[in-house]
Amino acid sequence: MRTYGYYPGCSLERMAASYHRSAVETARALGVELRELEDWNCCGATAYFHIDELLATTLSARNLALAEQQGLDVVTPCSGCYKNMYFTREHLRQDPDLAEHVNTALGEDGLEFRGTVRVRHLLEVLVQDVGLAEIRRRVTRPLRGLRVAPYYGCQILRPRKPGAGEEAPHFFEDLLAAIGAAPVDFPLRDRCCGGSLIVTHRPAALSMVYALLQDAADHDAEVVATACPLCQVNLECYQRQVNRTFGTSFCLPVLYFTQLVGLALGIPPQRLGVGTELISPAAVLAKAAV
Amino acid sequence: MARTLTFDQEIANLFYAMDSNPVQACIQCGICSGTCPAVAFMQHSPRAVIAMIRAGQKTAVLASNTYWACASCYACSVKCPQGIDVAAMMYGLKRYALWRNHFRRVPPAADFSRRFVGLITRYGRSYEPALAAPYLWRRGLRGLLDEVRMAAGLLRRGRLPLLPRRIRRVDRLRRVIGQILPAGGLT
Repeated sequence: MRTYGYYPGCSLERMAASYHRSAVETARALGVELRELEDWNCCGATAYFHIDELLATTLSARNLALAEQQGLDVVTPCSGCYKNMYFTREHLRQDPDLAEHVNTALGEDGLEFRGTVRVRHLLEVLVQDVGLAEIRRRVTRPLRGLRVAPYYGCQILRPRKPGAGEEAPHFFEDLLAAIGAAPVDFPLRDRCCGGSLIVTHRPAALSMVYALLQDAADHDAEVVATACPLCQVNLECYQRQVNRTFGTSFCLPVLYFTQLVGLALGIPPQRLGVGTELISPAAVLAKAAV
Repeated sequence: MARTLTFDQEIANLFYAMDSNPVQACIQCGICSGTCPAVAFMQHSPRAVIAMIRAGQKTAVLASNTYWACASCYACSVKCPQGIDVAAMMYGLKRYALWRNHFRRVPPAADFSRRFVGLITRYGRSYEPALAAPYLWRRGLRGLLDEVRMAAGLLRRGRLPLLPRRIRRVDRLRRVIGQILPAGGLT
């Protein structure tokens, strides 16, 4: 059993509860225990950086310090949280003065950042630590050629991270193939979903979501797989508004990769939060006999 | 004698910590604008903004919506052949504008960020309804109905948080934040 310090992020408490449930269930079925960090705080998404860079760094450093207390590498299913924690660790390790300043503040909570644990995205843990061979071995209900668009989004890949293969990534496709799905060619797979522009600049975000849905549809995707709660909400919950704005009729389910992997491992759909979507995947999943 | 920084020097200083070359290194190739998924909604493209910064057009740069339309996807930053972290520069412009209160009407993104940070300092966690609610009326009645319909769908499926969650050690978190933000920032 591998054990990680689990940082779910705020979205997974409610909006993306199905991501949380499927992450925990699927990880457990693959011999991975996700032990939630005690009393973690919000990573600040993009908003902290608009106000104060040092504050953004300090708040992510608190979560890293909590993981260090438990001596566990941090894993998060949210791409935004991942990017924030990943670069906080990088910056603090490169800049002792910054680390000293941040640690003075963390002292108020009896914590210290030392840079001893790594930051991982859950997708990376499944592909790299568990490994595709192991996943393939444990699949009991392969997805029988279900046509899935692998949506990487931005922050798993960018800014550059060692091993992420930013220019031509294929680890998401590899994972989908390992569970018997058919990853479709999806040229816009690493293009941004608009993120928080969905609140602050709706027309821009809708046009970005539209481009992604059109691209997935053009390549005959039956479902989009995401690795980020904000991508899921933007692509699924705003599909109706996209349809009205652009005169389209998309009806494309958007699932978390953890749900698809869990289904292939034979975990019952309700334990993976399947059934809480606004756009039901029931028809396409039935076709794939899951 | 004290030396006054030019606007491009000020902006360069804003993101010195981000492992980026300064805007002075820009060769105006336009790859940043070409990769930007939001460029159609910007008054000036990222390339143009960099040129304006270097030309010292401070008022026009700060008055443009460009940096608020940036979604921080970093496509420009990883593609820039000159190693300029353009997304970090957009963050820098947001902070600069917020510090100087450099706008007549507060842009939604600025207001959003301020309220977001307010939530974290109060609860330690984010809370989506409080962030989205103030914008419900911005798109008229039709827009409001859209939002209500979506919220109802999410609510039925148990996906809408009804109350914000407070972390256990929120008082200590506030003391940590107090070491970073000046007292006035903790409201």
